[in-house]
Amino acid sequence: MLAFTLRRAIQAIAVMIAVGIIAFAMFRFAGDPVNQMVSIDTSAAQRAAIRDSLGLNDPVLVQFVRYFVNALQFKFGISYQFRLPVADLLKERMPATLELATCATILAMVFGILMGVYSALRRDSFLARAFQAISLIGISLPTFLIGILLIYLFSVTLGWLPSFGRGEVVKFGWWSTGLLTLSGLKALIMPSITLGLFQMTLIMRLVRAEMLEVLRTDYIRFARARGLTTRAIHFGHALKNTLVPVITVAGLQFGSVIAFAIITETVFQWPGMGLLFVQAVQNVDIPIMAAYLLMVSLIFVTINLVVDILYTIVDPRLRATISRPA
Amino acid sequence: MSDAVAPQKSEAATAPATTGLLTRLFESDLFYSFRRSRLTMIAGAVTLLFFLVAIFAPLIAVQNPFDPAQLQLMNSRIAPLWTADGQSPFLLGTDEQGRDMLSAILYGLRISLVVGLLGVAFSGALGILLGLVAGYVGGAVDSLIMRIADVQLTFPAILIALLVNGIAKSLLGNRLDAGSMLGVLVLAIGLSFWVQYARTVRGSVLVEKGKDYVAAAQLIGLPAPVIMLRHVLPNTMGPILVIATINLALAIITEATLSFLGSGMPDTMPSLGTLIRIGNNYLFSGEWWIVAFPGIALAALILSINLLGDWLRDALNPKLR
Repeated sequence: MLAFTLRRAIQAIAVMIAVGIIAFAMFRFAGDPVNQMVSIDTSAAQRAAIRDSLGLNDPVLVQFVRYFVNALQFKFGISYQFRLPVADLLKERMPATLELATCATILAMVFGILMGVYSALRRDSFLARAFQAISLIGISLPTFLIGILLIYLFSVTLGWLPSFGRGEVVKFGWWSTGLLTLSGLKALIMPSITLGLFQMTLIMRLVRAEMLEVLRTDYIRFARARGLTTRAIHFGHALKNTLVPVITVAGLQFGSVIAFAIITETVFQWPGMGLLFVQAVQNVDIPIMAAYLLMVSLIFVTINLVVDILYTIVDPRLRATISRPA
Repeated sequence: MSDAVAPQKSEAATAPATTGLLTRLFESDLFYSFRRSRLTMIAGAVTLLFFLVAIFAPLIAVQNPFDPAQLQLMNSRIAPLWTADGQSPFLLGTDEQGRDMLSAILYGLRISLVVGLLGVAFSGALGILLGLVAGYVGGAVDSLIMRIADVQLTFPAILIALLVNGIAKSLLGNRLDAGSMLGVLVLAIGLSFWVQYARTVRGSVLVEKGKDYVAAAQLIGLPAPVIMLRHVLPNTMGPILVIATINLALAIITEATLSFLGSGMPDTMPSLGTLIRIGNNYLFSGEWWIVAFPGIALAALILSINLLGDWLRDALNPKLR
């Protein structure tokens, strides 16, 4: 167990170093950092001075180590557009993205599980077929079209919900939350649905398939033979056993929810990290792009590592396969 | 693939040798299962229609929306023809620049399909090549390629596409016109979607490698690239076709998303995604048609390609059903 944990941790670190090399290569070689920072009438001597002060004349390896050490302390350099430290920008934007991603995930899990269980238990009912159709649309429609559709329905036509921004936020230190004000909650509804829809269809299909699988097993038949109520069998035995893979998938998907938030945040002008990243790509703001890549990778790798380890603790059947070289 | 080909061959054997390709197609299993599913036939017809109108766009469209000389600001923001404010010949209305929406959609469809098809071709070629090499050569090369694939698979394709896009923009600077933007999009999509092909091909190669015909080819001294391309590759084509169809829908979504985010095709040469981004600005001022029609076109295109992909997966691999 310890050896497994250690090996997975080393793999995770290797991935982070690889991503770090890519981020550094972007930072250093894609575009000239000096050109981005000075105006047209800066003299050659001044440019050389800046180049020297940034340490761009040092050997590449030295620069890489410096970039890496700085990144470990969350120093990602200065944004070309905003002339502010990238770390401060990300810190300011992070709460918005994390709140949105968390709400979307919770929404996706609650409705995905409910719809999945229903369509497994009443396979041929009208509602179950409707859910299947919704899931096909959820997978086929691009995220931004769903967002636009929601805005058109609930903001333009009905005027119920705000179409952009976070509403009023309450500050706790550097963390800002929209969960405590009415306008903040209203602003959260449509972006969460837009972001969560794809995960919801994924979870729904998974729960349906797992439930159908579990309902065929012997211990369910035994539970029926014991004369337990249908409700106790379905929810006490069957659903409980489908939840482990569901929670794993939802956990692993949390990273992609954060990445997909890029699109949702652009549609709803949600002031999160994703919107910052899109603007950085448009304006070729490399320090922000590199820092976002590092941050998202860190979140991804951490989640993967934690899920892997938790999974082996929760499900003893997997421990037998651990000894197999990965 | 072998599942689908085998009955086709037996039928061809009973028929006269002169039987045309078309007859063989109509008698095949694949065509039978196609005709059996009404939904698939509708999806196939819609997809075909989209391809046809895209190819013949210059003949159908009333104007060339990429030619600024043909656009007149006088005609801006006209409502669709069937509403009270509609004007001929603008069937679906016009946008801010006086661009006929139907013409813009037809030409935008062309760009979306071209980028999608080239993106799929590029990612397919890259993935197949790396998968073949990884599976056939094995050892350290195999581990290296597959480790990269593992790492890339944990990141969503749209993130990688955006990064490639940003890097390409910064390297090419402001020399980026509409034509080279098309190339950048194909590159971004290609580099985002190769992993699935590589994994599938590698898996098939590992199975095929142990078979007698490969040993025979090696015995008569054929060089490894010839064995890989001429003998092993054709036996892995079934799953690749399925992935390519589903990836065409994904590639079109990715291109539309990049264009919607403002990192894709410029306003002067819009794809469907660009049209939706432009139209999104007029959602609140009541000009719903600028965003609605490109949106419907994109959704219908993706849905029908997805349905075709689902059918192809089931038809080529009965075990997956």
